[in-house]
Amino acid sequence: MSSAFPAAHEWPAEGTHRVPFWAYTRDDLYRKELERFFYAGHWCYVGLEAEIPNPGDFRRTVIGERSVIMVRDADGAINVVENVCAHRGLRFCRERHGNRKDFLCPYHQWNYSLKGELQGVPFRRGVKQDGKVNGGMPKDFRVEEHGLTRLKVARRGGVVFAAFDHEVEPLEDFLGPTILAYFDRVFDGRELTVLGYRRQRIPGNWKLMQENIKDPYHPGLLHTWFSTFGLWRADNKSELKMDARHRHAAMISTRGQGGKNEEVVGGVDSFKDHMQVNDPRLLDIVPEPWWGGPTAVMTTIFPSLIVQQQVNSVSMRHIQPNGHGSFDFVWTHFGFAEDSEEMQQRRLIQANLFGPAGFVSADDGEVIEWSQEGFEQKPAHRTLIEMGGHEIGDTDHMVTETLIRGMYAYWRQVMGE
Amino acid sequence: MLDFATFYELQALYSDYAMACDSAEWEKWPDFFVEEGTYRLQPRENFEQGLPLCLLALESRAMIRDRVYGVKETLYHDPYYQRHIVGMPRVIAVDGDTIRAQANYAVMRTKYDGEATVFSAGHYRDEIVRTPAGLKFRSRLCIYDTEMIANSVIYPI
Repeated sequence: MSSAFPAAHEWPAEGTHRVPFWAYTRDDLYRKELERFFYAGHWCYVGLEAEIPNPGDFRRTVIGERSVIMVRDADGAINVVENVCAHRGLRFCRERHGNRKDFLCPYHQWNYSLKGELQGVPFRRGVKQDGKVNGGMPKDFRVEEHGLTRLKVARRGGVVFAAFDHEVEPLEDFLGPTILAYFDRVFDGRELTVLGYRRQRIPGNWKLMQENIKDPYHPGLLHTWFSTFGLWRADNKSELKMDARHRHAAMISTRGQGGKNEEVVGGVDSFKDHMQVNDPRLLDIVPEPWWGGPTAVMTTIFPSLIVQQQVNSVSMRHIQPNGHGSFDFVWTHFGFAEDSEEMQQRRLIQANLFGPAGFVSADDGEVIEWSQEGFEQKPAHRTLIEMGGHEIGDTDHMVTETLIRGMYAYWRQVMGE
Repeated sequence: MLDFATFYELQALYSDYAMACDSAEWEKWPDFFVEEGTYRLQPRENFEQGLPLCLLALESRAMIRDRVYGVKETLYHDPYYQRHIVGMPRVIAVDGDTIRAQANYAVMRTKYDGEATVFSAGHYRDEIVRTPAGLKFRSRLCIYDTEMIANSVIYPI
């Protein structure tokens, strides 16, 4: 490397088994990522239909750095509009959720329908005083031209996606048949029940969270619970699958026996041979028919969503970037309306494993922070993504970083880097 | 109405709990609870919307012990100091040997090379019972306002 802070940015090798640290540290690249992944050509997650069951229900959320509102209108349709007033640009909706007949920007009381149409402009025709009309909007002002920015919306199985780009391909094509099947495995039309939210701000580049869930190499090493109890480790029966463009992926695994397999856990610091849980409810796993075999499927939908099914715990993990070195990570845990009380309680107790304090998740946020610190101090360097070789392809094991290589192949193609 | 001696005991329970959390004496944490005692750490938005999910929902003293093991042995994390500032408990109701009380709290987090920041702010909603070993929590529900967590929560609040 020529200098600590190179002016030119060259990709360090053919392929994507080396990723330059500058891919995580440059503001210009980050803005290009927002433009090309979050604001064009991709479906981004906004929420669950179960969060807004009634006409007028809304929930504010984020795509990239843009605040948007998901709302159910009087016809039962779900609209997604940008939270920016057409007049002076205010992010006018301040509540996180609620129920409204219309939207109002308080500054000049401009008012919008739940579809985002501009309905009311105070003093549009001026104010009459002393027989004369003062002010008013010009004659050529048309309310139809000044609605809120409306996004294209796709709904599938109770999940709502939206896109600023109205030319985006259909959601089903975007996901591709392989990933669509894993999506439908969870969202097969059953009514969902929202269990609640968890939020964390992780000081690292947003891609690191996609990578974390495209990296089956780490869970059985970083996470004691996964290695010790066999929930996720190298000797589990596993498959890794991608869409044709390698941007989305599913990591599919079936729980093994755990215990001391020297080849897999020998010398691994996180493995605790004699560890047992004091309260067995933490691992009271009951297989569900819809799993169809695997005990865990972690699906990454590029760029903004991870669908988690880890034994009885299911959640949506939403990536909301804010700058090249930070993102908000919002977890929506859910269950199904058909769940028994015991099953709901089981999902809630297993949720202790996940989230910003979770036994197998808190440390993911920590290592992402440490990765970003390493990148910032040494931007001319690169990561090494060579487990399983240099190639990109589906596998029937998890001793590989192929999904990360796949994601960067797609990233390079779209970014032109 | 609590007699002064009992109120003093209640105050001591709150401050001893905070001191145990702040001095990294994690093994002491379960002992503030009765055996079937629960500890729940919940973001305020879930509490106010009646959503059951917690950040941590430890449903027994045994499960609280499991968390202690996690903190000490299994969670890789950036080490930090923490400091609880807990307000005077506000007694809501007294029924025989059971006291319901609440208190505001703030927790400062200080990393080795950083400044002290308000890491968590919220309030406790507690049910406390008298046992032969003194006052213990039957349930401690900790509702935090600071919903956007600064990366992760490792140590008890």
